[in-house]
Amino acid sequence: PTAYCLASVSLYSMADTGVLETLLQRVEKVDDGVDSLAVATSLGVDHQVIVGAVKSLQALGDVISAELRSSKHWELTEEGTEIAEQGSHESRVFSCIPQEGLAQSELMKLPFGKIGFSKAMSSKWIRVDKAHEGGPRIFRTVESIDDQVREKLLLVQKGHSTQLEEKEKNELKKRKLLSEVTVKSYWITKGNSFSTTITKQETELTPEMIASGNWKEKKFKPYNFEAMGVAPDCGHLHPLMKVRTQFRQIFLEMGFTEMPTNNFIESSFWNFDSLFQPQQHPARDQHDTFFLSDPAHAHEFPQDYLERVKKVHSEGGYGSQGYKYDWKIEEAQKNILRTHTTAVSARMLYKLAQQKFTPVKYFSIDRVFRNETLDATHLAEFHQIEGVVADYGLTLGDLMGVLHQFFTKLGITKLRFKPAYNPYTEPSMEVFSYHEGLKKWVEVGNSGVFRPEMLLPMGLPEDVSVIAWGLSLERPTMIKYGINNIRELVGHKVNLQMVYDSPICRLDS
Amino acid sequence: MPTVGVKRDLLFKALGRSYTDEEFDELCFEFGLELDEITSEKEIISREQGDTKASGASDVILYKIDVPANRYDLLCLEGLVRGLQVFKNKCNRYQCDLPVDPMFAALHSPQTEAVRPHAVAAVLRNITFTQERYDSFIELQEKLHQNICRKRSLVAIGTHDLDTISGPFTYTAKRPGDISFKPLNQTKEYTATQLMSLYKTDSHLRHYLHIIEDKPLYPVIYDSNGVVLSMPPIINGDHSKISLKTKNVFIECTATDQTKAKTVLDMMVTMFSEYCAQPFTVEEAEVVYPDGKTCIYPELAYRKEKLSGKFINQKVGINESTEKIAHLLTRMCLLSQATGAGDEIEVEIPPTRSDIIHACDIMEDAAIAYGFNNITRTTPRTYTVANQFPLNKLTELLRQDLAAAGFTEALNFALCSQEDIAEKLGKKISEMRAVHISNPKTAEFQVARTTLLPGLLKTIAANRKMPLPLKLFEISDVVLKDETKDVGARNSRRFCAVYYNKSPGFEVIHGLLDRTMQLLEVKPARGEGYHIQTADDSTFFPGRCADIFVRGKNVGRLGVLHPDVINRFELTMPCSALEMDIEPFL
Repeated sequence: PTAYCLASVSLYSMADTGVLETLLQRVEKVDDGVDSLAVATSLGVDHQVIVGAVKSLQALGDVISAELRSSKHWELTEEGTEIAEQGSHESRVFSCIPQEGLAQSELMKLPFGKIGFSKAMSSKWIRVDKAHEGGPRIFRTVESIDDQVREKLLLVQKGHSTQLEEKEKNELKKRKLLSEVTVKSYWITKGNSFSTTITKQETELTPEMIASGNWKEKKFKPYNFEAMGVAPDCGHLHPLMKVRTQFRQIFLEMGFTEMPTNNFIESSFWNFDSLFQPQQHPARDQHDTFFLSDPAHAHEFPQDYLERVKKVHSEGGYGSQGYKYDWKIEEAQKNILRTHTTAVSARMLYKLAQQKFTPVKYFSIDRVFRNETLDATHLAEFHQIEGVVADYGLTLGDLMGVLHQFFTKLGITKLRFKPAYNPYTEPSMEVFSYHEGLKKWVEVGNSGVFRPEMLLPMGLPEDVSVIAWGLSLERPTMIKYGINNIRELVGHKVNLQMVYDSPICRLDS
Repeated sequence: MPTVGVKRDLLFKALGRSYTDEEFDELCFEFGLELDEITSEKEIISREQGDTKASGASDVILYKIDVPANRYDLLCLEGLVRGLQVFKNKCNRYQCDLPVDPMFAALHSPQTEAVRPHAVAAVLRNITFTQERYDSFIELQEKLHQNICRKRSLVAIGTHDLDTISGPFTYTAKRPGDISFKPLNQTKEYTATQLMSLYKTDSHLRHYLHIIEDKPLYPVIYDSNGVVLSMPPIINGDHSKISLKTKNVFIECTATDQTKAKTVLDMMVTMFSEYCAQPFTVEEAEVVYPDGKTCIYPELAYRKEKLSGKFINQKVGINESTEKIAHLLTRMCLLSQATGAGDEIEVEIPPTRSDIIHACDIMEDAAIAYGFNNITRTTPRTYTVANQFPLNKLTELLRQDLAAAGFTEALNFALCSQEDIAEKLGKKISEMRAVHISNPKTAEFQVARTTLLPGLLKTIAANRKMPLPLKLFEISDVVLKDETKDVGARNSRRFCAVYYNKSPGFEVIHGLLDRTMQLLEVKPARGEGYHIQTADDSTFFPGRCADIFVRGKNVGRLGVLHPDVINRFELTMPCSALEMDIEPFL
């Protein structure tokens, strides 16, 4: 039941007005109250009818107050009911014996014969003449009998069990003629708005009532506030996208400009070579990266920049030893699905270097692709969050300071940094935050200062430093929304109920 | 990131003290290592093969330590201990000297040029192996093979008992049928051809066969008596195999990348020369090239770099004296001193630190020694005004109002199967301008999607138990081939919506289009506004499909899906859909 009125309407129909008013009159007459069971007995109706009336009256507001009570109560068993009607077995034995007596064998054929015989014997109502010719024969010993068992049972049947002593009732219970049952009943007293007449209650306020003002005289059925409301008919935003919106908001609050990351296809040149990631690096392996068969190769590179990249890899320069290997254009031309949004950062920084340098703060949140082994927390594509700051004289302390500000906005204030390795940043730091629930430090992101071998060939001034950090969007979302299997969150196997039910996203609370 | 397993007690013995697990974890963190797991051989076997196999295995405690991918000098117990000792100021700098004693020549033949052109070699003289040292020696070769050697494709290492062979050695290449020897741990001789088929089923070696398999000539190293030392990068000969009793070790590295071969050789000899009778010494080998040129290996080059204290202070964001900075660097195995000329520091880069290729690498070591977490966190003064990427701004605004219009946002993969974007929609893959992936592990990653519709239909199929109607939308990128772009492809931002119910509900989807146009301030009108007009499309039910025109330009399509399409996506109810490009509305 989701609507507030439904419950009272259906109960109301259970009892007719006659019973309700009779019940109210009974309650009016007494000072302390009446028992529903007693009312049922005296009206000669089933107890359930009175219970229904009580519930209907309760639904009308504070007309009556009803307190649920349970009481013990004696009831006749099936055998007891039979005896109350036809008399006890012993009395029936007595009454079927004629003046001239009855053969014992005949008596025993009767259904009550066996039990009735021994009881009648012990009451000394009958005797047996064992020496009688033709077998043992039974004779009455008294003129008349008093069938007390029947009388006692009749008393109980009429509801007067209190007139019997406990001992007597227990004896009848032993003979399986009586049983003790627990009965639930209501103790009904007057309510604050007690009245013996019932006014018909309105279910809802109507425009007519408002117009005529007669709502003032009406009584309204109370609402059932335990019921749930009706779900609004609405659309929902996806939880991962809600978290994305919040991260975008944080970057915008911090003055970061969004990078155009709407290019999933990237050349190895921009994805790896421009970042000083050597051509034999394992990340460039078939097992880690999706390569394209069509279009297989990129054409058009900034030629002089490409030459500088080639040189810094194969021979060094800009203060670097280089990797000293045979750099091949064929490797750089290979098209791939970008493995990180840093490929876009590289394009942006190159573009920045082609004009008079001004400090920038960039961010992006978009898809990246890895040809990795999949499990409950890894998919072939995920969203990378990335922040980049380029300015004169940035320090490692600045990077940690920016990260502190960024993570504070996510509600994470306890941070520490671990030295790490990354081919295109030096120093590189893994960011750990203290997880209060797990009572340990967990990795929340990666960060670093871009290598001069990446920045100088682009043409950026030598005293410009570029600091950057990244994290995945999926992981904080899974933590935020308590999702263990990433497939329930991203992709077509999403649990739409989860999408419907997910709360708004406030990352710092 | 490579993981190195070391026995805890051996490690503590070498470090000269013991640590609690927490203390050691902390030390690792500071140094840039990660104590990944505390386990034992028994636990590993029990986890991988069950308890029964594990009974009797060693329960000596093992530390599994993650090492940064460029620190080849930390890939064995010996290297880890030296790095940590120096870091904790426990011992002096590791050093390695060159003896003058007999030179071992490895003669290069011209035939190797096409298959594996480089070879370097060295000798560790009078070494004492124990079981632990021997195990570590073997393990280091394996770690180097898996990392810097790129699974033996760039470099392969062979180690030999020098007392079983005699120089000079010849590095040549021969036809597989002409190479015959008894390989390591085998009882008889095989030709190289036979070996390649023998190792096809070897769980370890089969991964290396492809490196030379299709070459006409295979590389091979002989001693002066014609004994085969090895057939790199596959297997060594059994004749010269090393054992615990080996005293003199001949190390050869063959390679396609000479720089890496030299680095690998340096690592092998620097890590294990401490067990030589004269510790930290290694004997040279002369390599004679076909053109008569000779080179002496190992190079064990020490390089000197000069930088200023100011450079370190400015890059890290600290303010330390020149002497203190020199001391910080020395703790990272980079022996440094202030030269006295201003704040100049001279730094010596030992052969173990091949990862130091630029002053920024030195700067990082200073920061690590200083302690990343001791650096004051500062706020850069960079003043900038934030801008949203216009396409994303439009997307964000539209998403909110589409949800308000009663549609629920879905989020599907950008990669899918060819079938999803073609056959299932009643189209031919050749007609799609799809980008194809050359190395998908499964059919789910064959192409980048060219339409958002299949993802939404799959989402409905996975949520059929949900009450009807299902109203879904997605605004995201598809990928299309585009010759005008440098990479030959571009993204296209799309808006797609579907309505799935007992009746097709074309009016619902049409109403959503009207609402979207209202949001985008386009009025219903031919010419300058928007209108729809009947179209033919095999994805849609005949006569129930229309093109969307905005200011005279076709931006998308809407209609009732074809029953065949509904069936192919394992759906049972009628469905109407809309998909359009949103970039024209920027």
